[in-house]
Amino acid sequence: MSSATSPGRLSRGDRLFLTLVIGLPLLALLVFVWLPALASIALSFTTWDGIDLSDIHWTGLENYAQIFTNYPPFWPAVQHNVIWLLFTALLPTPFGIFLAYQLDRKIRFTRVYQTAIFLPMVLSLAVVGFIWEIIYNPDTGLLNSVLGAAGAGGHIDWLGNPDLNLWAVLIASAWRHTGYIMILYLAGLKSVDPALREAAALDGAGGRQTFLKVIFPALKPVNVIILVVTVMESLRAFDIVYVLGGGTGSKPGMELLSLLITDNIVGEAGHIGYGSALAVILLLVSLAAIGTFLVQTFRKEDR
Amino acid sequence: MTTTVERPASRTGTGRRRPPKSGPKRPPSTIGRHVLLGGIALLWLVPLLWAVYTSLRSYEDTASNGYFSLPRSFGLDNFTDAWTQSGMPHFFWNSVLITVPAVLGTLLFSAAVAFFVSRFDFRFNLALLMLFTAGNLLPAQVLITPLYRLYLLIPLPWWMSDSMLLYDSMWGLIAIHIAYQCGFCTFVLSNYMKTIPKEITEAAQVDGAPVWRQFFQIILPLCRPAFAALATLESIWIYNDFFWPLTLVDTGDKRPITSALANLQGAYFTNPNLIAAGALMTAIPTLLVYFALQRQFISGLTIGSSKG
Repeated sequence: MSSATSPGRLSRGDRLFLTLVIGLPLLALLVFVWLPALASIALSFTTWDGIDLSDIHWTGLENYAQIFTNYPPFWPAVQHNVIWLLFTALLPTPFGIFLAYQLDRKIRFTRVYQTAIFLPMVLSLAVVGFIWEIIYNPDTGLLNSVLGAAGAGGHIDWLGNPDLNLWAVLIASAWRHTGYIMILYLAGLKSVDPALREAAALDGAGGRQTFLKVIFPALKPVNVIILVVTVMESLRAFDIVYVLGGGTGSKPGMELLSLLITDNIVGEAGHIGYGSALAVILLLVSLAAIGTFLVQTFRKEDR
Repeated sequence: MTTTVERPASRTGTGRRRPPKSGPKRPPSTIGRHVLLGGIALLWLVPLLWAVYTSLRSYEDTASNGYFSLPRSFGLDNFTDAWTQSGMPHFFWNSVLITVPAVLGTLLFSAAVAFFVSRFDFRFNLALLMLFTAGNLLPAQVLITPLYRLYLLIPLPWWMSDSMLLYDSMWGLIAIHIAYQCGFCTFVLSNYMKTIPKEITEAAQVDGAPVWRQFFQIILPLCRPAFAALATLESIWIYNDFFWPLTLVDTGDKRPITSALANLQGAYFTNPNLIAAGALMTAIPTLLVYFALQRQFISGLTIGSSKG
């Protein structure tokens, strides 16, 4: 960064402009994002019904103790978030990378394939939820009709059965996630220096070897982004479950941290302190991922 | 488009330069790849096509014959009904009023921050960039309670919001979208701007161009590909978002189409054909944005994501 314009050479007008340019966005970020995040941490040590500010009572670590020992949906939610993460990391993510690699080979109709697989990302959650609703519906849904399980007796309740519904939702989520990973990775592949591939080919490397030893390592920045996207999306998973589970109130088998927070905060009960403590737990796990990402991404700039 | 031979010795996928034509005979591996990719693409489209199929059939037909049956009648009636009966035009307009300013604001703000951190040698630049990037990674649920209280405290004049507050106003939605999405765009744009040679703005500086002109007349036009990619992604995200409207807007009439659709599902839950039509119509704007900006989409992401 040695060749960057140094501040000393700037006129007063320039300085004013730069202050404005950084000041407004920074103000918006601090007021609307970081201030609430810090306030949430403070609220997590209190009990509050969310109505009157004077009703906020300091309770220390009480909420956390309750959550860990005496809140039945908590551990299932943690478990489901972990399943979500493992599933996303092991199926849609490698599959998206595989598709991107295939699509990068300059074959015909690339754009058609690409569009078809990216399409679910473009749809709103309401649409996605609705689409999977008419597939999973036990009586009229496509899946049971194809399986011949729509009639009496064979009835499979994909979204109601606590042993099945998480997996049903994961399929729907994978349907969306694959396209996102594919696009990110495809963009990364397009920026790989063609000379690298040629050199690998000249050295006699096969397709698989070239990918594993040359291309994959060359894409480290994209790989880091994809890793973060996968982790963050798994931790934040909310929308699809919210829609397919029929709104607030976690359904048995589909408990997730984000839903428990929403239940406590938005629900009529108004357990703000409790919800905030759950949010802080989610925040801490997220920060571990965010921190890794930031260190990985920005380390090279410190040199 | 050209075809290539799938053999390591050939120049497979040589980036931007077109590989030499491999002759009329296509090797079997290319055909195999088309079968594979075509099959997957089709599989991916099945849920969507099923929704289209449902939406085109009349409710009476599916009610008596079941959804998994051959159609007696086909038509666009459900689409016209959904459009006229549920106030969809109004909710579409709400979405436009929220999404367009939010996307433009996000791009302008993040371009400004990216310009600041990537082209000037201030201390704390890295810290600033990290603060913005990390902000976008925070889960929305972590912010919502204090944000809700904050929105109840911030007054707005009556001509901006009939609630006289940031709460229950479109301005509130626009504000949180801009603040929250800024991080991602700043990250991508600052990477992009670092690839623009310093000499360009330094020459302008020597010629006496003030910084604001360097920003608006040199840097912004050069970032067009990155803007196209980000505009696509941000339009899709902001238009589709329904967490913020659900929590920060109280009046159903002010909600954007995506969260209003939930009401439609409540009111017409007995007629899935009608809801299918309504749901599919809400997807049209994002589809148009995607198709319009598709060409620049990938190339714009390219530089942002991997020349870090």
